[in-house]
Amino acid sequence: MKVVIMGCGRVGAQLASLLDREGHKVTILDTDAYSFRRLSSDFNGTALLGNGIDQEALKRAGIEEADAFLALTQGDNRNVMAAQIAKHLFNVPRAICRIYDPLRQELYSTLKLEAFSPTTIFAQMLKEKLIG
Amino acid sequence: MYIIIVGGGRVGYYLTKALLDEGHEVLIVEKNATICETIDDEMGSVCFRGDGCEAATLAEIGTGRADMLIAVTGDDEDNLVACQVAKHKFNVPRTIARVRNPRNETLFGKLGVDVTVSSTNIILEHIEEEVPTHPLTHLLTIRDRGLEIVEIKIPIGSTKVGKTVREFSLPKGSTLFLLLRKQQKPIIPKANTILQAEDRIIAVTTPESEEALRTALTGI
Repeated sequence: MKVVIMGCGRVGAQLASLLDREGHKVTILDTDAYSFRRLSSDFNGTALLGNGIDQEALKRAGIEEADAFLALTQGDNRNVMAAQIAKHLFNVPRAICRIYDPLRQELYSTLKLEAFSPTTIFAQMLKEKLIG
Repeated sequence: MYIIIVGGGRVGYYLTKALLDEGHEVLIVEKNATICETIDDEMGSVCFRGDGCEAATLAEIGTGRADMLIAVTGDDEDNLVACQVAKHKFNVPRTIARVRNPRNETLFGKLGVDVTVSSTNIILEHIEEEVPTHPLTHLLTIRDRGLEIVEIKIPIGSTKVGKTVREFSLPKGSTLFLLLRKQQKPIIPKANTILQAEDRIIAVTTPESEEALRTALTGI
């Protein structure tokens, strides 16, 4: 599978390494080259400097042939916009984005975007650990 | 009308002033407390401190009854999300977004924003007009018809000088409708009108045939 990831933070970097180890073709984008230090030393994919809400940068990352796109930066709005570009302009079969704000996540889920809120997921998980 | 403005920067500030003068009910949503205070001190209580992209904030300020939401922060992604939340969660009839990257105009339209204003494009067009060597300038875009009105200057020494309008192969969808010549009244170009150097022609065209039209008239 060909995957484009936007945001080389902890989650992005780890996911990139996991997918890469399983033999998928991964390209990871970040606006700060220093973030690429988080990639594991055996990472064989492509690390590309660029902004994922810029259509040119996405093209350079090979979005046109990608099977999946994941928006994992710290900015909810950036993630939402990039995922919508991938889905609606480049027709990427799967566009997934992280949205911290649960209300915004709900809204974009109803707009048919695959959106996950770590806030909701983690709070739910902690509650289950505590109370069951 | 009840109008919500997202972003209290310079654009938001002057826009609010203008809309208040016209007698509208205006509320600015701004994250920065200092900016909020300054605006409130000057214009009365018109600024709400909060994130205009958050549904909770928009619910609190009664976005459900707003006639219009205008997002003018400096970040395209924030403007997009503010408009989308207003449109899809609160059914605001008209949403307007400022865009910085001109390429986002079409994208925003596709994603449900009613009107986009590209500050970058507006500035570029005005500067273009002032560059004397530039043969084509954009005067107006008629967006809902996909048309634009442009001005083309015939350069001195152009191979097209001395030819009649009939001799030009104008691209599809382009019409010449006015000719401005030094020290003369404006003329409506006809098939037998002969082109002179430094003539200025006003034409209707489409974005796709703009370049072909320029070449047809100037040879460049």
